[in-house]
Amino acid sequence: MVRLAAMLLAGLLSAAALAHKASDGYLTLAHRGASLDVRLDLALRDLENAIGLDADGDGAITWGELRAKHADIAAYAASRLSVSSGGEACALSPVAHEVDRHTDGAYTVLRLSGRCASDAPTVAIDYRMLFDVDPTHRGLVRYVVADGSTRTTVLTAEAPSASLSVHTSAMEQAIAYFLQGIHHIWEGIDHLLFLLSLLLPAVLVWRNGGWTAVGTFRAAIVDAAWIVTAFTIAHSITLTLAVLGIVTLPSRLVESAIALSVVLAAMNNLWPVLRHGRALAAFGFGLIHGFGFASALGELGLPDEALALSLASFNIGVEAGQLAVVAVFLPLAFALRGTTAYRDVALRGGSVAIALVALVWFVERAFDSPRMLASVLPG
Amino acid sequence: VAVLRGIAIVVAGLAFAPVAAPAPYIPADDSAVLEMLPERRDPALAALKRLQRASRAAPDDLDVATRFARGAIQAARTTGDPRYLGQARSALAPWWTLADAPTPALLLRATIKQSAHDFDGALKDLDQLLERTPRDGQARLTRATVRTVIGRYEDALNDCDALEGQALPVVVAACRGDAASRAGRAQEGYALIVRTLETGRGDAVVRAWAATTAAEIAQRVGDADAASRLYRQAIALDPASPYTLAAYADLLLDAGQPREAAALLEGKTRNDSLLLRYVLALRELPATDAYESHRAELAARMEAARRRGDGVHLREEARYALAIENDPAAALKLAHANWNAQREPADLLLLAQSARAAGDAAALKQVADWVAKTRLEDAKIRALLKGGA
Repeated sequence: MVRLAAMLLAGLLSAAALAHKASDGYLTLAHRGASLDVRLDLALRDLENAIGLDADGDGAITWGELRAKHADIAAYAASRLSVSSGGEACALSPVAHEVDRHTDGAYTVLRLSGRCASDAPTVAIDYRMLFDVDPTHRGLVRYVVADGSTRTTVLTAEAPSASLSVHTSAMEQAIAYFLQGIHHIWEGIDHLLFLLSLLLPAVLVWRNGGWTAVGTFRAAIVDAAWIVTAFTIAHSITLTLAVLGIVTLPSRLVESAIALSVVLAAMNNLWPVLRHGRALAAFGFGLIHGFGFASALGELGLPDEALALSLASFNIGVEAGQLAVVAVFLPLAFALRGTTAYRDVALRGGSVAIALVALVWFVERAFDSPRMLASVLPG
Repeated sequence: VAVLRGIAIVVAGLAFAPVAAPAPYIPADDSAVLEMLPERRDPALAALKRLQRASRAAPDDLDVATRFARGAIQAARTTGDPRYLGQARSALAPWWTLADAPTPALLLRATIKQSAHDFDGALKDLDQLLERTPRDGQARLTRATVRTVIGRYEDALNDCDALEGQALPVVVAACRGDAASRAGRAQEGYALIVRTLETGRGDAVVRAWAATTAAEIAQRVGDADAASRLYRQAIALDPASPYTLAAYADLLLDAGQPREAAALLEGKTRNDSLLLRYVLALRELPATDAYESHRAELAARMEAARRRGDGVHLREEARYALAIENDPAAALKLAHANWNAQREPADLLLLAQSARAAGDAAALKQVADWVAKTRLEDAKIRALLKGGA
C-alpha cells in the first residue's frame, strides 16, 4: 500500500525533481477589521527534524502520521508564534490543517484564526519556528490588509520579530478601493448578466409584436444611459445604507433576489412586459444588487478612519467597470442590430441562456441546494 | 507604484480566474505518502541522523557535535542540500558565537560560514585558528580557498606555500595553480596541476578537485579540448560533484552541444545551478514538454530564492535573469550584488555579459579595471570587453 502510494506520489512529481532548498517557513496574515486569518506553511522535513513525524521510522511520512501530530504542530506553533496589533496580543486559535507543495517538497498548512483588539492595519510578529534545530531557517512573512495592500518581511534567528504597517496615503487607499470596485463588477457575473439583459434591447424597439432596429446611435445611447444611471443610483443608495449598518438583509435573501432579478430581466426580452419601463426595473432591482455589493465590500473590510472615501472609491470603481462593459457592448450591438443574428441569437438565444443560468443560481441560493454550476460558473 | 500593483492584481485576477491554482488540500487516505525523507535510501544519511540524535541528547559534547557537523557538511557537499548546513550549525550552537571556541569547532564554523558566503566571518575564524595552530593543513587550505574566492590571490598563494609538506603535492599544486591562474599566470598554473596529477597520489575526491581546477583554467584560456578531457576525468573520479557538472555543462553549452549537456544533467536537477543549465540545454533542442515544465520549476525556485533573500543564489539568479528571462537590467543589478560578495572568474564573466547586454559602460569599465589589475586571462571576458558577444 505504501509502495503504491509512493509510486502515485512520484507520478505527481513527474516533470522536475524537487529542489534542494534551505529551510523556509511561509507565514501569511490577512487582516480584515479586527479579525486575522493566519496561514503557516512548514516543511514536513523541518517538522520531522523538530518534533518527529515519521512514527514508524520507515523514511516516508504519510498523511496518517502527519494527522496524528496535528495537535503537536498546533501546540508547537502556538508556543513559537505571537502576533499583536495596536500593542495588544491577538488571540490565535487553530482552525484547519492541510497539505501543500512547495519547490522542495510537502508542507503542512496550519490555518489559524485570530482576534485582535485593534483593526488598525498594523501587526507586530514574533516568529521562533525551527531556529533551534536549524539556525539558517527563515520565516517569510506576507501581511495583507483589507484593500489588498501587502507588506513582506523575512524573519531570521538573529532578527525574529518585526512590525509591519500599511500606512497608505488617502490617495493610495482611494485608488485601491476603486480598483477593487472594478474587480468586483468584472468578477460578479450576476450583476453583469442583469445589466446585459437590460441592455440587449437598447439597440431595438418593440413594434407590432416584434423587435426592430432602432434608428440612431443616439437613441440607443439615451436608452442605455437611462438604464445604467437608474441601476447606479439605486445600488449606490442601498450599498451606502448597508455599509453604514442602517439597513441589513440576510445574504441568502439578497443573493436569491439578485438571481431572480436576472431571470426576470432576461425573460422580459422574450415576452416583453416592460417595454418602456426597463429603467424603472433597473432602479428597483438595483436596490437589491446594492446589498450584494455591500456584502462584497464587507468581506473586503473598510477602514474606520476613511470610511466615506473608501466607500465612494469602491462605488466609483463599480461604475467605471460597468461603463467599460457598456462602452464595448453598445457599439457592437448597434452595428449588428439590423441582422437577424442579433435578434435571434444574441437577444433570444442569449436571453434564454441567461435566464436558465440565473434560474439555477436562484434554486441553489434560495434552497441552499448543492451547487450544480459551482464548478463552471462563479455564483 | 501602488496603482500599477493594484492594476496588476486586478488583471492577474481576471487572467487567472478560470484556472485552478495549486491550493492546499486534505489527502484522501491516511496511507498517502506525502514526503520521502532523504535517509530512506542512503545508509550514510541514516547513520548521520542517528549521530544527530546523539548530539541532541548531549548538546554540550564537543566530540559528538563535531562528528555530526563534519558528517552534515559532507552530506551537504555530496547531496547539494543546504538543510544539512543548517543542522550542522545547530549542533555547533554552544560554540557558534564563542570568541575563544575550541579548534575543531572553529574550523567547522568557518567552513559553514564560507558555504553561506559569509567570507569575512570565515576568514576571522580561520585567522584565529591558524594563529593558534599554524600547521593545521585543513584550515590553511580553507583559508587559501576563501582568499582566492574573494580575489586576494597573493595572500592565497602565501597559504598555498605554507601547505608544502602539510598536504599532498596534488593539493598544494591545485591550491597554487588556481590562485596563480587568476593572476596572470594561467599557463604556469595549468601545467603545475596537470603535471602533479600525472605523478602524484591522492584520493579520488582530491584528484577530481584538482582536475576540475585545471579544466577551468583551460576553459578560460580557450583550450576547450583540454578542458573537456579534464572535466570528464574529474567526473569519472567523483561523479556526484554538482560544481564539476555545472562547469562541464557550461563548456558543452558554449561549444554548441546542448544534447550532450542535457544528457549530462538529466535526473540531477534537484540542484538549482544544474537545473538552470538543463533548461538552457533543453531550450536549444527541439521543443518538448520537458522544457516548459523544467522552466516553470526553475522560475518557482528562483522566486523562492528571491523571497528568502540570503544571497547564496545570486549567481544563479543573475544568470537566470540574463539568459532565461532576457532582462539585462535586472541581471546587471544581480550580477553586481553577486560580484560584491564573491569574485571568481565566473562572477566576473556574468558581470561582463550583463553589462554588455545592458549596454552599461561603467560596469564594463569595472570589469576591464579588474582584468587589468589582476591580469586575469579569460578569453570570453576579453572578447566581451572588445565589443564581441
